[in-house]
Amino acid sequence: MTIYIKNEIDLKRGYKTMNWKEDVKEMVYQGRIKVPYTWTVGEVGSRFFIELRDKKKIWGDKCPRCGTVFVPPRKVCSKCYSNIGEWVEVGTKGTLLTFTVVRYKNNLQSRDAPFAYGIIKLDGADTGLLHLLGEVDLEQINIGMRVEAVFGEDRKGEILDIKYFRPLKEA
Amino acid sequence: MGNRVGIVGVGQTHHRSKRSDVNGQEIINEAVSRALAGAELTIEEIDAVVIGNMDHFEGINYVDMWSVDGSGGYMKPIMKVTTGGTTGSTVAAAGYYQAASGLFDTVLAIGWEKNSESDTSAAIATCANPILERETFAGAIGPLAAEYSMYMKKYGATEDDAHLAAVRDHNNGANNPYAHLRKRVTLDDVRNSPMLAYPIRLLDMCPRSDGACAVIYASENKARKITDTPAWVVTTTTRHDYTHFGDLDWTIMQTLEEASKAAYKKAGIKDPLHEFDVMELYLPASSCAVKWMESLGVCGRGEAPELIREGVTDMDGELPVNPSGGVICTNPIGATALIRVAEAALQIMGKADKRQVPDVEKALATGFGGCSWSDVMVLSSSKPR
Amino acid sequence: MERVGIIGVGQTKYEREKRETFGEMVYEVVKKALDDAGITIEDIDNVVTVSNDFWDGRTISCMAVADASGAYGKDTSTVEGDGAFGALYGLMRVLSGAYNNTLVVAHCKGSESYSSAITNAAFDPIYERILGIDAITSSALQAKRYMTKYLLNEEQFAKVSVKNHKNAKNNPFAQLPLDITVDDVLNSRMLSDPIKLLDASPISDGAAAIILSAERQAKEVSQNPVWIKGVGYCSDAYRIGDRDLAEPNSLRRAAKDAYKMASIENPLKEIDVAEVYDAFSYQELLWMEGLNFCRSGEGGKLIDEGVTEMGGELPVNPSGGVISAHPVLVAGLTRIIEAVLQIRGDAEKRQVPNAEIALAHGINGMCGQSHCVWLLGK
Repeated sequence: MTIYIKNEIDLKRGYKTMNWKEDVKEMVYQGRIKVPYTWTVGEVGSRFFIELRDKKKIWGDKCPRCGTVFVPPRKVCSKCYSNIGEWVEVGTKGTLLTFTVVRYKNNLQSRDAPFAYGIIKLDGADTGLLHLLGEVDLEQINIGMRVEAVFGEDRKGEILDIKYFRPLKEA
Repeated sequence: MGNRVGIVGVGQTHHRSKRSDVNGQEIINEAVSRALAGAELTIEEIDAVVIGNMDHFEGINYVDMWSVDGSGGYMKPIMKVTTGGTTGSTVAAAGYYQAASGLFDTVLAIGWEKNSESDTSAAIATCANPILERETFAGAIGPLAAEYSMYMKKYGATEDDAHLAAVRDHNNGANNPYAHLRKRVTLDDVRNSPMLAYPIRLLDMCPRSDGACAVIYASENKARKITDTPAWVVTTTTRHDYTHFGDLDWTIMQTLEEASKAAYKKAGIKDPLHEFDVMELYLPASSCAVKWMESLGVCGRGEAPELIREGVTDMDGELPVNPSGGVICTNPIGATALIRVAEAALQIMGKADKRQVPDVEKALATGFGGCSWSDVMVLSSSKPR
Repeated sequence: MERVGIIGVGQTKYEREKRETFGEMVYEVVKKALDDAGITIEDIDNVVTVSNDFWDGRTISCMAVADASGAYGKDTSTVEGDGAFGALYGLMRVLSGAYNNTLVVAHCKGSESYSSAITNAAFDPIYERILGIDAITSSALQAKRYMTKYLLNEEQFAKVSVKNHKNAKNNPFAQLPLDITVDDVLNSRMLSDPIKLLDASPISDGAAAIILSAERQAKEVSQNPVWIKGVGYCSDAYRIGDRDLAEPNSLRRAAKDAYKMASIENPLKEIDVAEVYDAFSYQELLWMEGLNFCRSGEGGKLIDEGVTEMGGELPVNPSGGVISAHPVLVAGLTRIIEAVLQIRGDAEKRQVPNAEIALAHGINGMCGQSHCVWLLGK
C-alpha cells in the first residue's frame, strides 16, 4: 500500500505578501575604490612641462607631413600618424575658441563655482588647449576674446603651472 | 557566410617592468608602427581598430577613445573589448570576427598595459563581488597555488615538475628580444628562488610588465596581397564560465578543456600532440604548465609531469611550448593573451627569428584570465576550407 | 552582406535607484528578449555583454553578469562602450559565419556611482583631469561653440527638451515623462552655461538586450525580424581641443557609411523615424546636422519648423530620447530597440505610422567623439 502525504504550503503564511521584495528593505553597501596611479608623461610631454615649469614657456610641435601644430605637443601626429620632431614655441597669448561658466560643484574641481573653463588656441597652434579662465568678469566672456596665460609662482611641471588664462589687456 | 581571415602583420614593444620613456598612447604607437612596418602597410590602409586593456591598471575610462593618437583610430571605426586577463585573446578574437564579417578588409587589433602605473593587486581586487567576496579575495596567486597542491596530491606530481617548466620558459625567453625577462636559469635557481605561495616560487610566477602588441588581420581578398605567408585563423573559442570562486571544479582546468575540445572539433583536430607544431600557451605560473597540458588533450590525466620531464615540450621536442618564453617572461596583462596569438602567427609566418620552430603549419594559442576563463585560437599556414 | 535581423528585444523601466542588482537587471531583459523572440537560451550560441569597469565599480565588470546573461558554456565577449557599438560587434560575429543567434545585453546603474568622477576619468590624466572637467562641463563647451558659430539660441535647445519629455509620456519605460514649456527649461537651474537642468539627461539605471539572427536562422524562428539595412561607426580626435566641437565629423562619416550600405540618398525624405542620442538638448540638433538631415547650422531650423515632432516629416525620439532616460552604455542599445519596435508596429502610443525605415544612433566618448549609426527596416 502506498501512502501519500497531503499537505499544503500556504505561502501567504510564510511571507506577508507574494511579492516579498515589498517587505524587505534593501541593504546598501557603501564602497570606495581608491587605486593610486602614477602616469608616465613620456619624453615629449616631459619637455613640455619642464619648459612650463622652468621657463614659463609654452611649446607645441609640428607634423612634418600635414603641418598641424599641436598644443600640447605629441610624439606622433594625431591626424596622419607621422612621427613629429619639430618643436614650435607658441607663446602665451591666444584666442578663446569656446568657454562655459560652471555653476555647480563636483569634488574634482580645483576652484569653487562659479568659475569658467575655456578652450584656447594659442597663437601659432592649430589645436586648442583646455584650461581655466581667471581674472575675468564671468558675464563678459566672449568667444574670440584674446587671452594670455598666467603662470603660478610655485610650479611643479604640470598643467596647473599655468594658473589660468586671463583677458589680454590691450593698450 | 563570412570571409576567411589571416594574420598578416605583428608588432610588439620591448616589454619591460617600467617604460618611463613613453606614455600609454606612445607605447601603443610603438607596437602599431612595428606591425604596420612589418606588413608594409600605412595606417590609412587599416579599415578598423579594436583595442583592449584592463581599465583599473591605468585608470583611464573609455580607453578606445583616449587611444586614437596612438592606435591610429582617428576618423576610423574603433571599439574596445575587455575581459580581464583574457582581454588579449578577446581582442584577438574580435580582430578576427571584424575582418571575417566582410565589413572591413583590414583590422588592427591592439592589446596593451602599463602595469607600472598602478598597484596591480589593488586593481585586481576590485574584480571580486563587492558584497560577497572582495574583503576576502587574495589576489591571483592563491587559487593557482591551491590548484597545484591538489594536483600534486592526486597524481604524485612534484614541485620540480613545475620548476622544469619554468626553466623551459625562462630559457626560451632568453632568445626573445621582446621578452621582459631574458635571463637563462637553472633548476636550482628556480628551487632556491623565494617562495610566494606554496608551492609557487618567484621564478615560477609571471612578472607584471609594461608593453603593447598589435596584430593586423586581413580578409582573404587582401591577405595574400599583403604577405605570401598569412597565418590563417582556423577557429577561436571562448569559455568564460564563472561568477564566484567557489563554483569551480579545481581538479581539472574545466574551461580550458571545454574551449579546446570545441576548438579541435571545429578545426578537425583529433591528436593535438602530433597535429600541432607549436603552442603558445597562457600559463601564468609554471604549475599550470604541468597540469593544464591534460586539459589541452595532449596527454591523459596525471600524465603531464612525464611530458615535461621527457622534454616533449622543449624547443627540440615533439611539441615545443612557448618558444617566446611565455607569460612567465612577459606579462603586460591586456596584451599578454594577444602576444600568444602574435607569437603563434610569427611561427607560422616563419618570422620568429632565433625562437623559430622549423616547419610550422599548425599552431595553438590560448588565453587565460578572470578566474579560470579560457580562450583558444587555432592558426594554420593553409587557408581553411 | 548576408541579411541579419533583430528577432527579440527587452528593456527594463529606466529609473533612478533601481533595487535590482546588475545580474538581476540583465536576467530580466535577457528573459524578455528571449520570450519576445520565442526562443530559449539554448538557441543562443553566443553572447556579447556591454559594461564598463568604472560605472560598475569593478574590474572585469563582465564577471558580474556572466551567468545572468546566459553565457555559461557559450562563446562570449564584452564590449566596453555604448551598447550600439556592442550590438555592432554582435552583428559582426553573426556576419563572420561563426554564429547564428547572438545575444547582446547592456547594463548600467548610474545611481550607484558618482558620475562626475567617472566621466572625469575619460579625460586625459596628464593634461585635463586635474581641471575637474566632466561630461556636463565639456558638453557645455560644445554647446557654447555650436550656438555661437551657427547663431542658434537657448530657446531652440529648450524646444528639444520640451518635445522629448512630452514624447516620453507615451513610453512606459521612460524615466522622465514631463509636461514642460520652453520657459520651464529656460528657468531651470543653470548647471554650466548654456546647459540647464532641464537641458540635461538624468541619472538612470537600467538594462537592455537584443537578439541578432542570421537570415538563415531568423526566418525560422520569428514572424517579423527587423532587418539591418546599414551600419557605420567612426571616431573623431580624442582631445576636445583638437576638434571643432560644432562639426560632428565622425558622425558624418559613420552616417555616410550606413547610408551607403542601406542605399539611402536623401535621409530626411527616406527615413521615417529616428532615435538619436540626445544626452543634452543641444545634441539632438547637432546630430541632425551630422546625420545629414539638414545642412550645417540648420539644426535649429528643423526644430523651429516642427519637422522632428511627432506628426512632423521625420519624428525624432518618439521614445523621449536619452534626455528622458540615460542609463549610460544602455542608451544606444535602447535606441536600436525603439527603432525595432517602430518598424514592427509595436511602439503603441509612441508609434510613428507606417514606419518602414528607422535610424538608431549611439555615441561613445565625451562630446560625441565617436558615433554609431544603424538603419533598420522591414
